[in-house]
Amino acid sequence: MTSGTNATSGHPMVEAIGVRKKFGLVEVLKGIDLTVQRGEVMCIIGPSGSGKSTFLRCINHLEKVDAGQLFVDDELVGYQRRGNRLHELREREIARKRSEIGMVFQRFNLFPHMTAIDNVISGPVHVKSSSRTNAALEGERLLARVGLEGRERTYPRQLSGGQQQRVAIARALAMEPKLMLFDEPTSALDPELVGEVLDVMRDLAKSGMTMIVVTHEIGFAREVGDALVFMDDGVVVEAGAPRDVLGNPQHKRTQDFLSKVL
Amino acid sequence: MLVNTLAFSSTTRGRSVVSRFEWHVIGQYFTSDRVLQGLERTLLLTLIAMAIGIAGGIVLAVMRLSANPIVSGTAWVYIWFFRGTPVLLQIYFWFNLNYLYPHLTLGVPFGPALYHADTNGLITKFVAAFLALGLNEAAYMAEIVRAGILSVDEGQTEAAQALGMTRLQTMRRIVLPQAMRVIIPPTGNETISMLKTTSLVSVIAYTELLYAVQLIYSVNYEIVPLLIVAALWYLIVTTVLTIGQYYVERYFGRGSARMLPPTPIERLRMLAIRRPESTT
Repeated sequence: MTSGTNATSGHPMVEAIGVRKKFGLVEVLKGIDLTVQRGEVMCIIGPSGSGKSTFLRCINHLEKVDAGQLFVDDELVGYQRRGNRLHELREREIARKRSEIGMVFQRFNLFPHMTAIDNVISGPVHVKSSSRTNAALEGERLLARVGLEGRERTYPRQLSGGQQQRVAIARALAMEPKLMLFDEPTSALDPELVGEVLDVMRDLAKSGMTMIVVTHEIGFAREVGDALVFMDDGVVVEAGAPRDVLGNPQHKRTQDFLSKVL
Repeated sequence: MLVNTLAFSSTTRGRSVVSRFEWHVIGQYFTSDRVLQGLERTLLLTLIAMAIGIAGGIVLAVMRLSANPIVSGTAWVYIWFFRGTPVLLQIYFWFNLNYLYPHLTLGVPFGPALYHADTNGLITKFVAAFLALGLNEAAYMAEIVRAGILSVDEGQTEAAQALGMTRLQTMRRIVLPQAMRVIIPPTGNETISMLKTTSLVSVIAYTELLYAVQLIYSVNYEIVPLLIVAALWYLIVTTVLTIGQYYVERYFGRGSARMLPPTPIERLRMLAIRRPESTT
């Protein structure tokens, strides 16, 4: 472990250099520069429409980057450099790279026609071609890890929002990702269910998982995050240790936003 | 005979109406070999035509939703053509294909022929019938499948892709199974409609159910009783298909409600169980 950490310490998990993205005429990302180290938990906060979700979706190529460079694990996301030009990767390659990155969505996006366990093993069975038996064993372990033992045969509609989101986390973990992306994972939840999801994420962070979390949970960002990024209007306004950004914001826009949410 | 008397004895002209129905003729032909053979062919034709229709419909629907304009355009033209011409015309067309192409060859383009046949030998009445019905059906099924695919939330595709599934895997494992809930009711409709549309192929003298009874009454002039024989069989098969659709819908509806409602049989069973409890 120690030698591994040393060997890779120079290589960040995610590196964004001048990432830009347009939807039609509207530029939603206006040059994002960010670095996420291995094992780091980075929280991204900011008002809605600031581009934080779009940036997250660029990382696993659900959105195509228009300009700039985005690296995950030292590899360009979605493109391949041949000579001086970038070519979009073939679908199979993109899918393979996505399979190494877990993603958790605001609205869970569990597969409603599958039971909880089938949701969890859908990735390993269909993407990694694992055997159903092995995948199910691992799946049960993961459901237990998110506190849902005994709920294997339950369909998503029979679960509460918090339970659904925990199944969704287990589903992402089943692919043994090297990086986890969370897109406002608690925003669609009733207030009393937020805690159980944050608890699972806190455990995950403790286990050393590299995580990027777009969130409105300032408390979580302060407590669990190693780095905090405030985004507004498609740019990174302020980034640093959560204590510094939250306790002593340098920019007026950060101060205004924090005064509203804190 | 007993049934007629009960049904019509109250009307003044009941007896004459009753006699014209000639139930004994209906009874005599209802399970006759020629009628049953016609029924069998009707069922087979319905099955094959719907199989072609559903498979073709899925392919066309996925093509229609493709980002590639050539692929989606091809599907659009297909649907435009087959929906735009009467199915009766298409039946005649396939049956007369030998006029356009007397010989059909399967082989490598500009290369050796692998298979060679007379069109008349290959496109029999049966083949012409299921090709016409199946290819026409595919155009309608394509729109039904497309509606089903569009009904599935975009987030499902994103979640599947985030797991690393390809577009084809996403379609097969995630989108289509959920689209089935929307696809099945109109498909049941189409199947029942197809069962009856097969009677159109009587025009190329393929002996399905309707043409079978026509052949019989053209000799014995028992037109109405034999038409009733055919009508009863169509009704029976439609009833079976309706029941089948109910259970297929239940299967694909799993996960869509917290609890599936009990089937009629389960309801009967529950009633039967509850009775003795309530009396004690």
